[in-house]
Amino acid sequence: MRIKYLSIFAAVALLAACDTTPKDGSGAGGAGQMSVRPGSQEDLAQNVGDRVFFGTDRSDLTTEARGTLNRQSQWLKTYPQVTITIEGHADERGTREYNLALGERRANAVKNYLIAQGVQSARVKTISYGKERPAVLGSDDSAWAQNRRGVTMVD
Amino acid sequence: MSTLTLNAVGATASAQAARLTRRLAAALVMLAAFLGLAAPAAAEVRIDITRGVFEPLPIAISPFAGGNGAQISQVVSADLERSGLFRPLDPRGFLQNPEQLRASEPRFADWRGIGAQALVAGSATQLGDGRLKVDFRLWDVAAGQNMANLSYTATPDSWRRIAHIIADAIYKRLTGEDGYFDTRIVYVAESGPGTNRVKRLAIMDQDGANHQFLTDGRTLVLTPRFSPTTQEITYMSYVNKKPRVYVFNIDTGRQEMLGDFPGMTFAPRFSPDGNRVVMSMADRGNANVYALDLRTRRSTQLSDSPAIDTAPSYSPDGSQIVFESDRGGAQQLYIMNADGSGVKRLSFGQGRYGTPVWSPRGDLIAFTRQQGGQFAVGVIRPDGTGERILTQAYHVEGPTWAPNGRVLMYFKESPGGAGGRSAKLYTIDVTGRNERMVPTPQDASDPAWSPLIP
Repeated sequence: MRIKYLSIFAAVALLAACDTTPKDGSGAGGAGQMSVRPGSQEDLAQNVGDRVFFGTDRSDLTTEARGTLNRQSQWLKTYPQVTITIEGHADERGTREYNLALGERRANAVKNYLIAQGVQSARVKTISYGKERPAVLGSDDSAWAQNRRGVTMVD
Repeated sequence: MSTLTLNAVGATASAQAARLTRRLAAALVMLAAFLGLAAPAAAEVRIDITRGVFEPLPIAISPFAGGNGAQISQVVSADLERSGLFRPLDPRGFLQNPEQLRASEPRFADWRGIGAQALVAGSATQLGDGRLKVDFRLWDVAAGQNMANLSYTATPDSWRRIAHIIADAIYKRLTGEDGYFDTRIVYVAESGPGTNRVKRLAIMDQDGANHQFLTDGRTLVLTPRFSPTTQEITYMSYVNKKPRVYVFNIDTGRQEMLGDFPGMTFAPRFSPDGNRVVMSMADRGNANVYALDLRTRRSTQLSDSPAIDTAPSYSPDGSQIVFESDRGGAQQLYIMNADGSGVKRLSFGQGRYGTPVWSPRGDLIAFTRQQGGQFAVGVIRPDGTGERILTQAYHVEGPTWAPNGRVLMYFKESPGGAGGRSAKLYTIDVTGRNERMVPTPQDASDPAWSPLIP
């Protein structure tokens, strides 16, 4: 069970990386670093990781998620002028109203963790999109795993 | 809608008076049927819709004579057919034409011969003042008895509404229950890619006619619900990326945010008297139920749990609220008093239960259930007994009741492939029979049924 869980996350991480790879084809930490403006959304997405993923109907942060958010908090300290909005999202396998509340829970879990890492709360807003803005299409475990997410957006 | 002047014979110009007159007229017709009770009551044609096994009633609807009479009777026929309770017979088999029916009594033997149990005839006449007058008559074919004889006058562009009102009158006369054909649906029209759906409020007659968009799609909108008393809709909108509950006036197009809440407000629904909107407010990861008084604009917090409390819906008498909460670990249905006291758990079945909505009759609560990778729409009595699943699929969600508490509408989504998924509206009888797709120009979700149009 544990192994399967990890392999899903490995796949998710891989797909998520593809998702944010710029057109020049470079991956995270590659030549792409040169083309993005420091402190921008692209910088965050490519060099830090702009999103964390949640289990089904869960809003607690996984070890991987905490790792990503640790990097995000360091990055936010490097760019103190940046303010962010955390988007909370759910997969399509829930009712509309519940998923709105679940997305809000997830966004707040991310926000609370960043604040605990020393990010000023005034720099962090949240918004829930429920199941309205999936990152990827598809009705399978892989798609749902990528859509259960908290995304840090530079304002 | 504001231009409508629909008058039953002899009524004044106000729509309300027309409605009353129509009710009185119907009552008088029924009274006449009772008084003229030469034949025993058992002989009267009547649909018993309380029985489990059911055969739709064969009904002959003669094309109405005059002007656009045939169009009107087609709408009547389509309404009755879609209800699943009637089987309109093919007019090509009819042995008496509309003009003959207008001039003389039906030849009941002929109508019996083609299997009709009820017969409808009518005519449309253009009056001197430009208005349209529609008469119709309903007969019990087996007994050879007239059951209704009514007349409506309105502006010619209201002909579809007259047709729906006639269908409602026939439905009521033959089932004993109020009809639901003179109603509208507000819903969310969907288009564009699955990752960035364009969602617009849209409104249409319950049969899909007179479709119009209410918003332009630049702002994400969700979960519209009708006011029981005014031409207003409450819904959720992402205006300026701030998800909040709004009210939309159908006549004026005016939109107004409801309340001044620190967090996201969502899942709104009017109280039965139209004076309050009950909704959820999510703040710091916690969603609770609030009621906003529309007259004082003051809000009252009704639930206070660390869980997700949402999708509140009032009982028809306004004394109770059913809602969903994951306070027990997963989504289940709960009932509380309208002031938030006396919370009781309602659902105890397998799976997750959400989107409860109280029937206008009060006897049932409809819900969405998720279990084993499937979604279902079902009903349960307010005392927690009698749970029944009406339909099940990959994804069905968000039931809404017709005003007579007899028919439900919901949306159904197919699994999404690379090309994205589809979403459509469906109706189903509360018995679980007669599932029908409702025609919409685009994909559709989040339907809400209007009350009977006043």
